[in-house]
Amino acid sequence: MSDTANTDHDASQALAERIRQADAEGTPLRIVGGDTKAFYGRKVEGSSLATREHRGITSYDPVELIVSVRSGTPLAELEAALDANGQMLGCEPPHFGDDATVGGMVATGLSGPRRPWAGSVRDFVLGTRVINREGIEQRFGGEVMKNVAGYDLSRLMVGAQGTLGLITEVSLKVLPRPGATRSLRLELPLPEALAKLAEWGRQPLPITAAAWHDGALALRLEGGPSSVAATRERLGGEDLEDDYWIALREQRLGFFSPDDSRPLWRLSLPHNTPVIDLPGVNESDVLYDWASSQRWLRSDLDAETIRLASARADGHATCLTPGLDSPFTPLAPVVEKYHRNLKAELDPKGIFNPGRLYAAF
Amino acid sequence: MMSGGIPMNILYDAALDGVLPQNDKAEVLADLQAATPGLTLLHREEDLRPFECDGLSAYRVLPMLVALPETLDQVETLLKRCRALGVPVVTRGAGTGLSGGALPLEQGVLLVMSRFNRILDIDPDARTMRVQPGVRNLAISEAASPYGLYYAPDPSSQIACSIGGNVAENAGGVHCLKYGLTVHNVMKVEVITIEGERMTLGSEALDAPGFDLLALFNGSEGMLGVVTEITVKLLPKPETAKVLMASFDDVEKAGRAVGNIIAAGIIPGGLEMMDKLAIRAAEDFVKAGYPVEAEAILLCELDGVEADVDDDCATVRRVLEAAGATGIQQARDDAERAKFWAGRKNAFPAVGRMSPDYYCMDGTIPRRELPRVLKGIADFSAEYGLRVANVFHAGDGNMHPLILFDANQPGELEQAEELGGKILELCVEVGGSITGEHGVGREKINQMCAQFNPGELTIFHAVKAAFDPERLLNPGKNIPTLARCAEFGAMHVHNNQLPHPDLPRF
Ligand SMILES: Cc1cc2nc3c(=O)[nH]c(=O)nc-3n(C[C@H](O)[C@H](O)[C@H](O)COP(=O)(O)OP(=O)(O)OC[C@H]3O[C@@H](n4cnc5c(N)ncnc54)[C@H](O)[C@@H]3O)c2cc1C
Ligand SMILES: Cc1cc2nc3c(=O)[nH]c(=O)nc-3n(C[C@H](O)[C@H](O)[C@H](O)COP(=O)(O)OP(=O)(O)OC[C@H]3O[C@@H](n4cnc5c(N)ncnc54)[C@H](O)[C@@H]3O)c2cc1C
Repeated sequence: MSDTANTDHDASQALAERIRQADAEGTPLRIVGGDTKAFYGRKVEGSSLATREHRGITSYDPVELIVSVRSGTPLAELEAALDANGQMLGCEPPHFGDDATVGGMVATGLSGPRRPWAGSVRDFVLGTRVINREGIEQRFGGEVMKNVAGYDLSRLMVGAQGTLGLITEVSLKVLPRPGATRSLRLELPLPEALAKLAEWGRQPLPITAAAWHDGALALRLEGGPSSVAATRERLGGEDLEDDYWIALREQRLGFFSPDDSRPLWRLSLPHNTPVIDLPGVNESDVLYDWASSQRWLRSDLDAETIRLASARADGHATCLTPGLDSPFTPLAPVVEKYHRNLKAELDPKGIFNPGRLYAAF
Repeated sequence: MMSGGIPMNILYDAALDGVLPQNDKAEVLADLQAATPGLTLLHREEDLRPFECDGLSAYRVLPMLVALPETLDQVETLLKRCRALGVPVVTRGAGTGLSGGALPLEQGVLLVMSRFNRILDIDPDARTMRVQPGVRNLAISEAASPYGLYYAPDPSSQIACSIGGNVAENAGGVHCLKYGLTVHNVMKVEVITIEGERMTLGSEALDAPGFDLLALFNGSEGMLGVVTEITVKLLPKPETAKVLMASFDDVEKAGRAVGNIIAAGIIPGGLEMMDKLAIRAAEDFVKAGYPVEAEAILLCELDGVEADVDDDCATVRRVLEAAGATGIQQARDDAERAKFWAGRKNAFPAVGRMSPDYYCMDGTIPRRELPRVLKGIADFSAEYGLRVANVFHAGDGNMHPLILFDANQPGELEQAEELGGKILELCVEVGGSITGEHGVGREKINQMCAQFNPGELTIFHAVKAAFDPERLLNPGKNIPTLARCAEFGAMHVHNNQLPHPDLPRF
């Protein structure tokens, strides 16, 4: 990285030039933000295209609740700017390292503990600028809350892991920070905790995070000071440090320890899915986040067994430990066909992160 | 741009929209009847007539045939046969769309989904409901109500519009600043493609593997596939909701107050603004208790837990006072709250009573541009000699200027359309969009050329080609051809020279 890496800088011309070249030669590119999430998804063979020099907030008007930011901007820098104005990213994205970029957040689409209540990364994306395979920067969506002109290409980019184009800029809806936050811990057996979560889910309670592990349910309450205080009293339990949620989001809890040699799985399941029985899996091998709709699993079981069990509950399972040929749940044949069609239309030579999501594209 | 009172856009124009296969009506009818026994197929003019337009009633075209399927097998077979024959298909929900999205094609089949009107499943603990596409928006919240739940997006047309149409338009409502649009509240859809394949997009979990095709289908205006089933997310009803109504002697002051409320760190459940003409119309129509002498009113709804709502009401009241409100009234009870909202929700028909015709616009702008855009609209209104009533989803910068005109006066429809076009171009100029929730449809097809450049439109066509390469689903809507933009778009024609003389004109 040159010295420009630490200051606002528009590197879109240089990025576009690299892409034009790659498309002309038909040589694949591996798009790299902070390279903190390289573990997530399949390995890409290609020459690295780094976004980090393309950085800086291009517009931010707190009253509009909208920020536009270049993709190479460190996530931490964006969050600091919002924080200084009493605002935040509602989706609470994980960083997985100091170098995580805004582009990586959007491309992976990973959201944090607040997701079931506030929404996911894609829910907050209002617009994107994307360099297409011809090396031309294009603009979809925009800096307005509502926009239904044309297809929603901005949200299509979220979670596509850079396989459809290089994101150069993104406009995001931001939220005011809540007036009050309290976290608490309740000793509860798992079945009771799941029943409570279902019951509370039907009530207008100011819960914004809920995770169960090791015999206890952790809850975060956010909202106006009055309702947070009243709910804290009503639910009882003991106080919990708010930092718990950062440790959970960044996978720094003991559960995620790299010393555990078993693969780490992420099960995404409908609300209120009962405990899933898997051979050899104990209660302590599962961490229930997102009020139980995101479950982290430590297990040596084969992918097929885990995926079948998730699919029976209308969910899916992703392996976060490298090694599997398909870390993501394989797509239904018809759905896969339209993925291939889209990829063929938008990136016919397969220069953008080929094979990152699935071997077929 | 028009002649004889008929907007130029209405009729599909092969030279500008692309060549469509020509088919013999009797042959198509015979083929479909044979392939889908039991399918209701309308073909006589008097039966087709009720389907000739959607909510944009100035645009009328008689379809070749109307199909009213009742089973998914019928939809599947119909699509397969239409593809084999090369017959275009326009899908229709309840027909309340305001951009001509469900406008039929003379050479096409109109596929009406309204008979799919069953609620399939409610899971209160998972807070989801599975419904067929013809279920009315309001029926979802009504069915959820006994469980203390509701479906958040509430378009003003909610009594009539279908959830399938809501998905296809990514419909919004007065609560979307806080609770999101349709795309934020739909978890999963079942789709049948033009090839007759069935696929599931999204999941009952909070995400699904692969591309976010669910997001792509929201707002895709029936161009990529037919939505046959929808799983929506339900929310617990807020413990309480309170409404403040503030009057202002100046529209700009009201506009600034909107920003100040947000700046105070409050996201209201609803934040709506109406100008004098809209206030008077609504008051005449529903007696909502609006101050008819005010230049503008703001309706601010705060919902949530009782204690917080009381705190927020106090804050908003202070902000409104500081912004120069001439009067602030808090609805005393749910009945009065409903009355305040009734005025707003009936604003369109109310304005409709003041004038033989009205034309509803749907631009969005960054909120800070509100004063400038209001001024611009007032200037255009004076220039064209047509009254404009303004109704806004102010919290999210979505404006609905209603242009009043009389289609029986020669030239007035054209004038109204031109004025509307100017307003939309102004929205784009200040960084906004030509449509916030009503969609492009047929109506705003030319304005798309102002918002997107040829390269961006080419990407949209590529997305379309991935799902429907033969362009049989709703052709001529949503995305203009480059030829159309060269001809009509805001790639303005200077000195009679086309901007892109090299483009194919089909
Ligand atoms: C506990 C934990 C576990 C993690 N496990 C994994 C893991 O298993 N695998 C893994 O990959 N990451 C993992 N991460 C990191 C995760 O990848 C990221 O946190 C993050 O979102 C990436 O940000 P980044 O800027 O570092 O992106 P990168 O890691 O550089 O990129 C992430 C993806 O986004 C694409 N991308 C980046 N910028 C753009 C852009 N501007 N336009 C288009 N595409 C772009 C990249 O090509 C890549 O596909 C983990 C993080 C944590 C905290
Ligand atoms: C008085 C009035 C007030 C309104 N207020 C609002 C408002 O507040 N917010 C708002 O967003 N809109 C509003 N609208 C517009 C309209 O109600 C919405 O766009 C609504 O979503 C249309 O639903 P529909 O079932 O009537 O669809 P239709 O008008 O029948 O169709 C609309 C589009 O959806 C497609 N479509 C319909 N069903 C399907 C399906 N099953 N699969 C694929 N494509 C399909 C059609 O092809 C067409 O392109 C209003 C309309 C009126 C008349």
